[in-house]
Amino acid sequence: MSYAKRFDKRRLDEMRKIDAKVGVIKRADGSAMFQIGDTIAIAAVYGPRALHPKFLQNPEKGILRCNYDMISFSVPDRKRPGPARRSTEISLVTEKALLPVLDLKQFPNAVVDVFIQIVQANAGTRCAGICAASMALAHAGVPMSDLISAISVGKVSDKIVIDLNKEEEDHEEGATDIPVAMNSEGEITLLQLDGNVSKSELFQALEFAKKGCSEIDVIQRKALKDFYKGVKNE
Amino acid sequence: MNDDYIRTLVEKGKRIDGRKFDEFRKISVETGVSKNASGSARCKIGDTEVVVGVKFDLGEPYSDSPDEGTIMVTAELIPLASPEFESGPPGVKSVELARIVDRGIRESKCIDFKKLCIRPGEKIWMAFIDIYPLNDDGNLVDASVLAALKALQEAKFPKLVDDKVDHESKTNVGLKLGKLPILTTVYKIKGNLLVDVNSKEEQVIDSRLSISVADGNIHALQKGGDFPLNIDDIKKAVDIAIKKENELVKFLK
Repeated sequence: MSYAKRFDKRRLDEMRKIDAKVGVIKRADGSAMFQIGDTIAIAAVYGPRALHPKFLQNPEKGILRCNYDMISFSVPDRKRPGPARRSTEISLVTEKALLPVLDLKQFPNAVVDVFIQIVQANAGTRCAGICAASMALAHAGVPMSDLISAISVGKVSDKIVIDLNKEEEDHEEGATDIPVAMNSEGEITLLQLDGNVSKSELFQALEFAKKGCSEIDVIQRKALKDFYKGVKNE
Repeated sequence: MNDDYIRTLVEKGKRIDGRKFDEFRKISVETGVSKNASGSARCKIGDTEVVVGVKFDLGEPYSDSPDEGTIMVTAELIPLASPEFESGPPGVKSVELARIVDRGIRESKCIDFKKLCIRPGEKIWMAFIDIYPLNDDGNLVDASVLAALKALQEAKFPKLVDDKVDHESKTNVGLKLGKLPILTTVYKIKGNLLVDVNSKEEQVIDSRLSISVADGNIHALQKGGDFPLNIDDIKKAVDIAIKKENELVKFLK
């Protein structure tokens, strides 16, 4: 048996349709929406602002605090409102994915809070969240050396693919999910894997991720530019 | 902008954004926030934005109402929506918001709970109504009710196979809602009554009264704020809410 044709007829290295927008939450200092296929993530940035409790403060530089969660009706089985172990872990790896491009030296004792919510889920939510968060940080004017882009790659049955959807993740012959985030230089800031792949399959998947992330990077930059284009014309 | 400025302006009959006291900001209500909900809707009032999803699941009836299903309303004030919201278990503000929405829907009987019964004494439908503000620019509660009612109008039951819910599939069957309980909150600042305060005005209110009205009848009231209301205020507030019912219900047609 083999996975000859993708359920939604995409090429193996073809991502779902992507839509990105900046400035979707007015109260926030920076915000963005990132949609890939039926997965929709929104992110809001608050700060740099005073950090409480005080013992978390770093007198050398500001800290980044990420919080990922899903809206209860974003998934087929209602998710109980509030954070759980899964979202706690994703919050942590999201933080680590974004931190390398941030420069928080000028904000001692402060925090930059990033809140990510998944509004509609169809696989790849942590990567969509990271893409939205990276744009929201840029929109908030937090000093950054680069943007971060993220995509999930993996193996469905015997085929290496990019951007698995839910149906592919649930493939009866098994699926391997590899969320990857990187900067525009291709340096990897998030790498996780659940499943079973050979070494050569892993590196083929990472090639797909690199190509996908560079396409996403273009979309993210365009969304940021489009926002400021709007501002100029007002 | 300081608080005294807003209050002084109201004394002179004016608001910071130039609206009349009984004037709402621009309202929009749309459906289809999440394909994975049984029904979902988004309501914007000015820059305030709330999304609400309805999900049906199976439950057991309460012993005092064996032939009735029920609703469960939850609100999560996620810190994404406002610098004032914090992560953690639901605080009093989110509990109050959810309960005001719950009572309007429940007491107006716009949902026939008997129609949510599958087998008396054994199995019922529970409608989970989950409220998420995405941007808090004041008057979340009125926006939450509009979004909740729209989501209920759109909601379709999932398929039931051998007493198990197939959450991946939907039927064509929805709820038949009766008279819709429209909520208008009237806010008192310096002796004046206003509707639809924005977040800056909300910080300086003396008191508020949320009034749920369906077809001219009152189904729920909630007084809030640190200062009292007199009978005359309440009469005027109810008149405003009855007038606003006709105006706001149009967004649910």
